[in-house]
Amino acid sequence: MTDAATVPREVTDSPEEEQDPLLRITDLAIDYRTGRRQWTPAVRGASLHVDTGEFVSLVGESGSGKTTLIQGALGLLPTSARIRAGSIAYSGVDVTGWNDQRMALVRGNYVGFIPQDPNTSLNPVKKIGQQVIEAVRFNEPKAGNAAQHKEAALESLRTAGLKDTERVFQQYPHELSGGMKQRALIAVALAGKPKIIVADEPTSALDVTVQKVILDHLVGLREELGIGILLVTHNLGVALDRSDRILVMQDGEIVEEGPVRQVLGNATNDYTRRLLDAAPARHIGRLEPTSGAPSMPAAASAVLEARVLTKTYHLRGRGRRRELRALDTTDLVVRKGTTHAIVGESGAGKSTLASILVGFTSADSGTVHIGGRELTGLHRSQLRQIRRDLQFVFQNPFTSLDPRFTVSKIIAEPLHAFGLATSKQERTARVVELLKAVALDESYLHRLPSQLSGGQRQRVAIARALALNPEILVLDEAVSALDVSVQAQILQLLVDLQAQFGLSYVFVTHDLGVVRLISDDVTVMKGGVVVETGSVEQVFRSPQHEYTRELLAAIPGARVALAGAS
Amino acid sequence: MLRYVALKIGRALFVVWAAFTLTFVLLFVLPANPVDLLFDPAEINAIPPEVRERVAANYGFNKPVILQYLDRLGHALTGDFGNSVQSGRPVTAAILDMLPSTLVLASGALALALLIAFVIAFVATSTRREWVRNLVEALPSGAVSVPVFLSGILILQIFSFRLGWFPAFGDEGAKSVVLPLVTLAIPVSGPIAQLLVRSFATEFHSGYVTTSWAKGATRSGIIIGDVFRNASLPALTIASITFGNLIAGSVITETVFARKGIGRLTQTAIDTLDVPLVQGIVVFVAAIFALINLIVDLNYPLLDPRLRATLAVSTPRAA
Repeated sequence: MTDAATVPREVTDSPEEEQDPLLRITDLAIDYRTGRRQWTPAVRGASLHVDTGEFVSLVGESGSGKTTLIQGALGLLPTSARIRAGSIAYSGVDVTGWNDQRMALVRGNYVGFIPQDPNTSLNPVKKIGQQVIEAVRFNEPKAGNAAQHKEAALESLRTAGLKDTERVFQQYPHELSGGMKQRALIAVALAGKPKIIVADEPTSALDVTVQKVILDHLVGLREELGIGILLVTHNLGVALDRSDRILVMQDGEIVEEGPVRQVLGNATNDYTRRLLDAAPARHIGRLEPTSGAPSMPAAASAVLEARVLTKTYHLRGRGRRRELRALDTTDLVVRKGTTHAIVGESGAGKSTLASILVGFTSADSGTVHIGGRELTGLHRSQLRQIRRDLQFVFQNPFTSLDPRFTVSKIIAEPLHAFGLATSKQERTARVVELLKAVALDESYLHRLPSQLSGGQRQRVAIARALALNPEILVLDEAVSALDVSVQAQILQLLVDLQAQFGLSYVFVTHDLGVVRLISDDVTVMKGGVVVETGSVEQVFRSPQHEYTRELLAAIPGARVALAGAS
Repeated sequence: MLRYVALKIGRALFVVWAAFTLTFVLLFVLPANPVDLLFDPAEINAIPPEVRERVAANYGFNKPVILQYLDRLGHALTGDFGNSVQSGRPVTAAILDMLPSTLVLASGALALALLIAFVIAFVATSTRREWVRNLVEALPSGAVSVPVFLSGILILQIFSFRLGWFPAFGDEGAKSVVLPLVTLAIPVSGPIAQLLVRSFATEFHSGYVTTSWAKGATRSGIIIGDVFRNASLPALTIASITFGNLIAGSVITETVFARKGIGRLTQTAIDTLDVPLVQGIVVFVAAIFALINLIVDLNYPLLDPRLRATLAVSTPRAA
């Protein structure tokens, strides 16, 4: 550790410090090995720089190469990747091609990193304090003693915005909430007293209200400590709300760069404009079906009706039983041919409600009626019949499709299970018809899920759900795992299908921004209780409950919406 | 916490009881005439019927099965498994005589196997060269696929007969334990190493390792400081299960190297149809196996704070 002090000094005390940006990446090209002698480019000649006290955002959808770019900058590329060309310089010191040993002196010390998922990014068997102390110890200019380390770690935790630092210091990661874990990781990143912080989607695993607090804190840190921040995100709204400068990345290239106002006002690039248009905040009202708008009957009859549902989970433990009230006297009415959104953060009980509606879980008390038939307390076989009218679309299209089934087999499975369309031609015809309904063609019939993109997979999942001509679709976070532009397409598809088949949707989501695009009614939940319910227009315009207002304020993309309206 | 401990102890006791009951059924109930098994097969026809009857009465074979079972169980609880048919010595004494030598062999082999497995996992994780990793990762399956009797004979040939470094058999001195130990350890190290290599690789690519890199940790620091403890937890379970295999494996090893021990005792007991001794050995081995698993289970919460938390749910925590 003795030379730990010398190299960073060489980095920071270089004479060009005044002129050189904290981080400058020049024409960086990174390839991934895809075969014996085959390399596929992931980053193609990207350049960027971050100055002192600047908040720069790098925006791109999945697969755009944004994560690879910053992995390259931190020297954390996987072994299957190589830097083909270009250079990375911190304050004018070129670190391209440095080995792990030398990069270890830059990382933490000069550049701090905040990872994506706080739930997996802390060592589960070490106390928070110890993990922050490590970061202090690796990066201190001269060796201190244990007491100094602890004081520095506590200071770092305080700067990261944690309150009861002495207690957090003694806790293990699993004892903290997601937001607190992310703050602990910010403390780890700050512990080395870096000049620049790189944050890779630091809030995508967190609830919206927590997301807002964490991002606001990052902005505050920039002003307080005078450091540079490079934020990597897929969410254009998040980036626009806080940045000084925006870089848009597509397919390994930086396609747009400029101050926020310029990007908002006159984006030069086509892709940037498309991203801006796809942002949910841009749209004021509900999406219109492409085939022309059939008028929604204002007082349509209820197709699904849940009354005073209650569900309590008993947690393991002896003595006093620990109970978790997942759902407390919850009502829900879905009108025919409309969409009813259930909104809430994690732990709000929205998934429990959805799984009770389709009979995956049984409620402790209360009833669910579907078109006059009572669902609660039915036998397995009777429930099976009702499932024909009630289908479910899962959150993650990457895990909800059997990887060994072809698309045609996946879509035909419900037909097979209910003994419909028994002859082969009949079945194929129905599958093709369903594929057409979700805007895919026959060429997809024999593909495997691994050969499809996320959006295509979710289309297949929707086609499968439609196979039995259901009346109601329960969509559990069905667009949450998708990129914004794909998300917009799927939402449009859902609206079109609704108009075409007269479907009713129960749309479970944590994202209020999406609700506005697709829903007629909305129910806001918190801690297993419905806090507010009503038509989308009414809830968005004049929210009655404090929590609803909080959620609405946390929707990212206020600047996008303003620019869109003007 | 108390409930967890009670549950684990209960499970251990159940395993031992089940072993006893199963051997009782197999050895005393199912054979057509258990008395036959009590005599040397070579002399069975020369035994006068009154002697047989006396022996049967002595062993309680004329009583109903359930009474026999309860009688034997009662004695077993006090550590009495009857007398060996061959030597006439109490079974417990015969086993306790042999136990130390086998325990030394088995625990030594387990320690060596763990050492080999960890070295393989460390090398495979820390090397930057692909070919070294591939080579090292191929070792575990190689180790498993060589049977003990073959590797034992091979090792004997080389180190004992050719080089003369270690004695070929016997159990005098520390030197004599080396070759059996190595022979026994190699196949056992295979599965442990395979598991370790995989869990080291998984943990090495997990999120908290990236965090450590970003902190400025070095490769070796990460492997020792972060990966080691998380990756070792599953190995602990498999190591304790493996201990049972080691005692079974000692039957062959002790025969090949002509050492005294439980393995040899088992072999002779089966050869001579020494029913009480066989039962005694089975129950003893089951007891040791259960005990080791119990120790591992009880240590788990100490190593993994998450498990400790789920066990302590009964104490109210601040939300």
